Amino acid sequence: MSSLGERFSELAKPVTRSLFAIVIGLVIGALFLVIRGYDPLIGFYYLFRGAFFTEIGLASTLSYTTTLLLVGITFGLGMRAGLFNIGAEGQFMMGAMAAVFAGSFSLPPGLGLLVGIIFSMLAGALWALPVAILKIKKGVHEVVSTIMLNWIAFYLCLYLVLGPLFSSGISSTSIQIPSSSRFPLLFGTLSSAIFIAILFAIIVYFIMWHTRLGCKIRAVGFDQESARYMGIKPGRAMMIGFIIGGLAAGLAGGALIMGVPPSYAVSTNLENIIGYGFAGIAVALIGRNHPLGMIFSAMFFGGLWSGKRDMQIFTGIPVEIVDVVIGIIVICAALPELLDIIKKKVKRGTGST
Amino acid sequence: MTFKIPRFLTKKSILVIILFVVVITILYIMQSADLKVSSLIMISLDAMVPLGLVAIGEVVNERAGTTNIGLEGIMLLCSFVAVLGAQNAGNWAVGILAGIVTGAAIGLIHGLISIYAKGDQIISGMGINLFAAGFVAYGIWTVWDTPGSHLLSTGLGMPRISTPWGGLSWFVPLTIVLALVVHFIFYKTRWGVWIRAAGESPGAVDASGINVFRLRLLACIFGAILAALAGAFMSLDWVHMTTNSLPAGRGFIALACVVFSGLRPISALGAAIIFGFFGGLSKWMMAVPQVVAAIPPGVDNFVNMIPYIVTLIAVAVVVSRRRFPKSVGRPYRREEI
Repeated sequence: MSSLGERFSELAKPVTRSLFAIVIGLVIGALFLVIRGYDPLIGFYYLFRGAFFTEIGLASTLSYTTTLLLVGITFGLGMRAGLFNIGAEGQFMMGAMAAVFAGSFSLPPGLGLLVGIIFSMLAGALWALPVAILKIKKGVHEVVSTIMLNWIAFYLCLYLVLGPLFSSGISSTSIQIPSSSRFPLLFGTLSSAIFIAILFAIIVYFIMWHTRLGCKIRAVGFDQESARYMGIKPGRAMMIGFIIGGLAAGLAGGALIMGVPPSYAVSTNLENIIGYGFAGIAVALIGRNHPLGMIFSAMFFGGLWSGKRDMQIFTGIPVEIVDVVIGIIVICAALPELLDIIKKKVKRGTGST
Repeated sequence: MTFKIPRFLTKKSILVIILFVVVITILYIMQSADLKVSSLIMISLDAMVPLGLVAIGEVVNERAGTTNIGLEGIMLLCSFVAVLGAQNAGNWAVGILAGIVTGAAIGLIHGLISIYAKGDQIISGMGINLFAAGFVAYGIWTVWDTPGSHLLSTGLGMPRISTPWGGLSWFVPLTIVLALVVHFIFYKTRWGVWIRAAGESPGAVDASGINVFRLRLLACIFGAILAALAGAFMSLDWVHMTTNSLPAGRGFIALACVVFSGLRPISALGAAIIFGFFGGLSKWMMAVPQVVAAIPPGVDNFVNMIPYIVTLIAVAVVVSRRRFPKSVGRPYRREEI
């Protein structure tokens, strides 16, 4: 039995490591801003004000949280199963397209939303299936196969949005989701899809840490050979890791199209469904690949994404700086012991002088 | 007496034969349809260069025991830096140099993280990809005030070798020579033995008095420099522009070439030629008026998919359980000898 204090200190270490990676990301990001002649402090002030301290901003932050949490689960669950699943981008696009497809039938209210959710989840899982099969049957590394499928998904969606799913209306977008099949809005641009995302995270947490199946998946991720000796089939665990990840990414795509105003459709250049999948990597790493940790890290990155527009409006700093910061945070996350190394170096330095 | 299947008919060689037959058939059909075959070959050679350079660099890197999936990001970053350098100095050579320096710096960072600090190589590589995507978008926006892409000023592109079929890039012979040189170093010199041993059993190399860490770091920087050259080639010599997503997955197709090659530099070049052909084919089909006219609207997206689908099929058919160096991807720790 561990006491509350022990459990707290157990939790403190990963949290400080994550915070340290975030701080380094922001500091180096600030450096790039200074080089181009911007004031990073004013920039970050508007970034965080726009993210968390205005009603519109907060709604948009939580709306991004919905998406990022789900794509974070795709990558984080993969990491727990020993997989480097960077296919969320393509699975997300396919999910979004499947939601549009479901929206093109005229279904009764309620049923339309349900069918949309199911279609998008299945489309995401379908796009993850070849990756899993290639990995398990052929030993193809998932990094190559997922990136190829991401690009294939990109061009397939481009074809669909300009072809079969094109809307002949005034707006040049895909078919719009009918208003009866959309997620109800809570406030601002925040839809009730956030509850589904959090529920999904809790279910994944429950499966991974409170069922035998989850234990097997984590065992395979921890040490595949040992797991095999214990009688666990690594192939099955990997398959489940990929499939749940695909369901999550597909749901994220569907929830974006069916939940986020104003368009409720995919733009013809796919602009509004690009880039989410890769952001999930940062969300998962900072959330320590834990579904509940990811809720907080998704809120942080959701804040960055939502606040960046205010930052650009008030200070002229291009929104792309946020992606630079995210990249640096991921590089830092590759080295969780960075803080310990620096501490040791500092100690050694002060000890010798 | 039973019929024996000849030994050379492995799954992989059959695939290679099939791919070559496909290539020849396509060329033959084009010839009889009076389309310009030579232009397809020239585009394919251009498309081969980035794949070949990245794949050869990664072969060296993986032989020494480190993986780098951030090569796509290094290509992207260096394609941008090369244009930036060339524009500022008014000379393409400065651009190439700027690209090489940037690539070496990123290689150094990745090497320090994965070899000396024993961090996670795959995450670090992916971080480089994400950083490059953000940085290039940020850079293009703040330097040229345009979103997404910037055209190279005329006259700043690299000169080309003139041939009867059009300009041939200097990078084409460079890539082929590099493959041969790396092959020579690998199998004929002491350095080659050290590099190959560093990936197999770093402990033995360390015990013989050679600094494994430095050897791996050098290999990592070498791989990154070749990726940087590939990026500089794309922006300064091939398409004459820098965009947010210039490599478009070529860094990963090159990783597939590496798997395909079984970590042999000349096989990596061969794989790059095959994959380069299909990349060139899809680019060529979109460029020739007769073909564009024949393609129904919307189907062009499927033409763009060709290189990715071919890569996926190729890695699926080839059984990649070929033995890779034992210690590839695992940081070396002195205590583990």
